Amino acid sequence: MMEALNAGLALLLLALAVWTIVARDAFAAVAGFIAYGLLLTLAWVQLSGVDVALTEAAIGGGLTGALLIGAVGRLRDTEATARVERPKALTRALAALVAGAVTVALALCVLTLPDPAPTLAPDVAANIAATGVGNPITAVLLAFRAMDTLLEAIVLVFALIGVWSLAPDRAWGGRPGVRHVADPNGILAYIARVLPPIGIIVGMYIFWAGADHPGGKFQGATILAAMWLLVMMAGLTDAPPISRAWLRIGLVAGPLVFIAIGLAGAVTAGAFLAYPDGYAKPLIIVIELALMPTLALILALLLVGAPQRTIQR
Amino acid sequence: MSVALNVLTVVAVVAGAFFFLAGTVGLLRFPDTLTRLHALTKADNLGLGLVVLGLLPHVGSVLAGIKLVAIWLLVLLSGAVASQLIARATRQRDPDA
Repeated sequence: MMEALNAGLALLLLALAVWTIVARDAFAAVAGFIAYGLLLTLAWVQLSGVDVALTEAAIGGGLTGALLIGAVGRLRDTEATARVERPKALTRALAALVAGAVTVALALCVLTLPDPAPTLAPDVAANIAATGVGNPITAVLLAFRAMDTLLEAIVLVFALIGVWSLAPDRAWGGRPGVRHVADPNGILAYIARVLPPIGIIVGMYIFWAGADHPGGKFQGATILAAMWLLVMMAGLTDAPPISRAWLRIGLVAGPLVFIAIGLAGAVTAGAFLAYPDGYAKPLIIVIELALMPTLALILALLLVGAPQRTIQR
Repeated sequence: MSVALNVLTVVAVVAGAFFFLAGTVGLLRFPDTLTRLHALTKADNLGLGLVVLGLLPHVGSVLAGIKLVAIWLLVLLSGAVASQLIARATRQRDPDA
């Protein structure tokens, strides 16, 4: 019974992946991609990777999907011309060849993995008590491989700088994106008033539960970002000008706290990002608490986009 | 008692699955956006509600039951809002629809 379900899931995933590539209409391809992300979430649940499933649903399907829908909207004017141009047969054959070769190479890599696969899971399980957290994923992300998480947060800051750098000179320092106008008594404004209190509680809960159960700052921050975006889209508030000092401090505060604790670890515990004995859990909570607002700001502003409104000086 | 609860679970979940199936068929077969929305809301509201109702006797704690009901209520809210927005967008593009 379960095998049939899993096989069906795998087939659906493959079919949606093919559809996403083959669809000529950009919006249809994005719709396929979002559905693909949701199915992938189910696949991760089936593989007992609930943490990965949560991240896939929040970032892979939700946030990336919303980014792609925005991109489709911007490309709509050029899509008709782009569709008329068909690359030459040679180009298409070469593209198919290269893509096929990458697929075959990946498949070979997966098939030749030793069985059982090499794993550090027993080491994590043996040492998790030292970190004070109960969820092994959180222990890996913030204790054993904290460096990866730190670099991830910094990469996101860079991504936002990259988006902002697309701003024309006349708009630099101003409010990003467009001013949303919606009926103040309409249904969108209604949901933008009702949902955020619930969303903020759910986001904080997912963040807090991350210590011992699946969840964490990334998934929680995505929900907080979504709530802020909802309020902005309903026209109840506007995005802050990107020159605001509080905004810029907020964007670097998380990584800075992380680095400061890492450097303190170099003095007190003998290695960068090492935690002194007995202080691992409180320090991990401090890092996560500092990272979450930064991540929520970055994820929301990534979706809002570059400043494009001329500022009146 | 447990037999009655199991019967309730089977009946409710099967009925929920039926509404999801009917909603999907409607989504595929109905001619225009508004009727398709109508079909979809049956799957969301009734289908998910019946599935949640069927699962309630089998959750381990009261808290887990409240979470399930909360999920259903949130889906109800977001489904109603999303279909309103889609319907309004359709209407603005094509006032005769």
